[in-house]
Amino acid sequence: MQKTFDNRAWFLVLPVVLLVAFNALIPLMTVVNYSVQDIFDSTHRLFVGTDWFKEMLRSPRLHNALWRQLIFSGLVLLIEIPLGVLIALMMSKKSGWKTSLTLVLVALPLLIPWNVIGTIWVVFLRPDIGLLGHFIDSVLGISFDYPTVPIEAWISVMLMEVWHWTPLVVLLAYAGLCAIPDAYYQAARIDGASGWAVFRYIQLPKMRGVLTIAILLRFMDSFLIYTEPFVLTGGGPGDSTTFLSIYLVKIALGEFDVGRAGAFSIIYFLIVLAFSYVFYQALQRVGTGEGK
Amino acid sequence: MAHVELKGIAHSYQSSPASPEDYALHTSDLVWEDGGAYALLGPSGSGKTTLLNIISGLVHPSEGKILFDGRDITGLSTSQRNIAQVFQFPVIYDTMTVFDNLAFPLRNRGVPESKVRERVMQVAELLELTDNLKRRASGLAVDAKQKISLGRGLVRNDVAALLFDEPLTVIDPHVKWKLRLKLKQIRQEFKSTLIYVTHDQAEALTFADQVMVLREGRVVQTGSPTDLFERPAHTFVGHFIGSPGMNLLPCVIDTAGVRVDGHSIPLDPAYIARARSVDGELELGIRPEFVRYEPQMMADYLPVEVTEVEDLGNYRIVTTRLGKQLVKVKVGENVSVATGPGWLSFPPEWTYLYIDGDVLR
Repeated sequence: MQKTFDNRAWFLVLPVVLLVAFNALIPLMTVVNYSVQDIFDSTHRLFVGTDWFKEMLRSPRLHNALWRQLIFSGLVLLIEIPLGVLIALMMSKKSGWKTSLTLVLVALPLLIPWNVIGTIWVVFLRPDIGLLGHFIDSVLGISFDYPTVPIEAWISVMLMEVWHWTPLVVLLAYAGLCAIPDAYYQAARIDGASGWAVFRYIQLPKMRGVLTIAILLRFMDSFLIYTEPFVLTGGGPGDSTTFLSIYLVKIALGEFDVGRAGAFSIIYFLIVLAFSYVFYQALQRVGTGEGK
Repeated sequence: MAHVELKGIAHSYQSSPASPEDYALHTSDLVWEDGGAYALLGPSGSGKTTLLNIISGLVHPSEGKILFDGRDITGLSTSQRNIAQVFQFPVIYDTMTVFDNLAFPLRNRGVPESKVRERVMQVAELLELTDNLKRRASGLAVDAKQKISLGRGLVRNDVAALLFDEPLTVIDPHVKWKLRLKLKQIRQEFKSTLIYVTHDQAEALTFADQVMVLREGRVVQTGSPTDLFERPAHTFVGHFIGSPGMNLLPCVIDTAGVRVDGHSIPLDPAYIARARSVDGELELGIRPEFVRYEPQMMADYLPVEVTEVEDLGNYRIVTTRLGKQLVKVKVGENVSVATGPGWLSFPPEWTYLYIDGDVLR
């Protein structure tokens, strides 16, 4: 077998290169451009090197937002993954209109535009006209005022996030469960395995692939969350629900500080990339033939 | 170890079966003796796996009862029945080591760890898995995985029966024979009742003492491999077992025998007398191994035309034409055969008459 070398083959990858250039590389380079300059107007600009980066990395507001973000994403994974798997386990694996209906109902929150999600919860949580807000306030008699109490704002944002995105985990886990051949369950029955053993040794290992995707998607999405908490709490009260992206938009558009915002964007991007890489590597190792 | 008996068992996968076609398994009484090695042989969709799953409790029969050693266990669940089953595709617990896989059925039943260890070592020894015990099962080749599935059935030495559902289907041909030998060895070392489902006649005939041939949800014949070969009770058995299958020629009763396309074939007068008393579609059946061929004209031989000779090494399959009917003959390599005229005889002791598919006894 002899390999043929022909540099014209590079033309074959050109469409992809162009596509990626326009939707990722050029916008990213624009941000890089901002992050290394101090721009006063379209003609006056000053090259500042890594100054914005140094400043942003030392910013306590960024540190606080990052911690808030990590706690938020951590809670999202801790709640949504087990809850999603649990719901998927309870759903019928038989095909039929009932199963289809369940799937559609479960997936409904995923179909709603994100700013509408925020608006729905704003209304839902109002003590005067919102169903849940009124229930907590008047029926349970607990004073509930999430726009002014930080912990209540957090609970509200978490509730909304779990309601919005657990369905994705459910759908992925459900697909994983449906792909397990019957013979595994039959063998488990013959081997006298308990329900827990079936979950631990058959269902969970077989769902590894889809759960990897679920964890990665949920981590990345929750780490980048913007619209829903912005609509619901606007980042408040104070800075208590100001996550990284909300903080970023405050700098970029609120304060029109494109230099700091550019540097922040790149740091943000690298953090997400690093976490995703670590998660991916870790999950690839779990349960494979390595180690033993 | 148990004597397995099915009484009036029938099964349909539909909730309200209306016609006989809705049944995957038709009403039947079947018995598997304690310690016997059985094969269920039949083409796809003949109900073999349904039958096996009814015994193991994975399928609850629509009608009838299942008895283990005379005890009705129809209502018991799979785990209560104490059955072991090996499936078509290897089922292994991916995250466990080979040792843990083999130990799993015992640990689930609360067997003490020292005993688990002892049994697993014995079975691993038998299946030649000892070297791999500490490895993760998911990294092994498919035949090793199937051995693990098999091993999980064997570690429990108290099973009522060990069931195999086409366990060699996914195994490569060059390792198939090794596993087949293993199965034979197991058959000798384990005294439990073994039931083996397959559509491969070679597997069935080498593994089992008794073969049940299934067709469209019915057992058409149960017998030793020799019985099935020499005395097929149904045209289906004659056709399905043997390569090539039995010659089946439509015929009518004659004075001293039967006529096939104008040619008289003499048979035992008493046999012919019995045939006369039954109505139905009549066929003459004889295996290609038992048809006698001569290149020259002989007394009582029928003239045929040889149309094709297939050389298969140590024997040849000769296709001949008797009138309009094709007759296949297995001929040894020491007899010369050429296309053109030839002569056949049908020894009465190997020639059977079938009425609507069933053999006339």
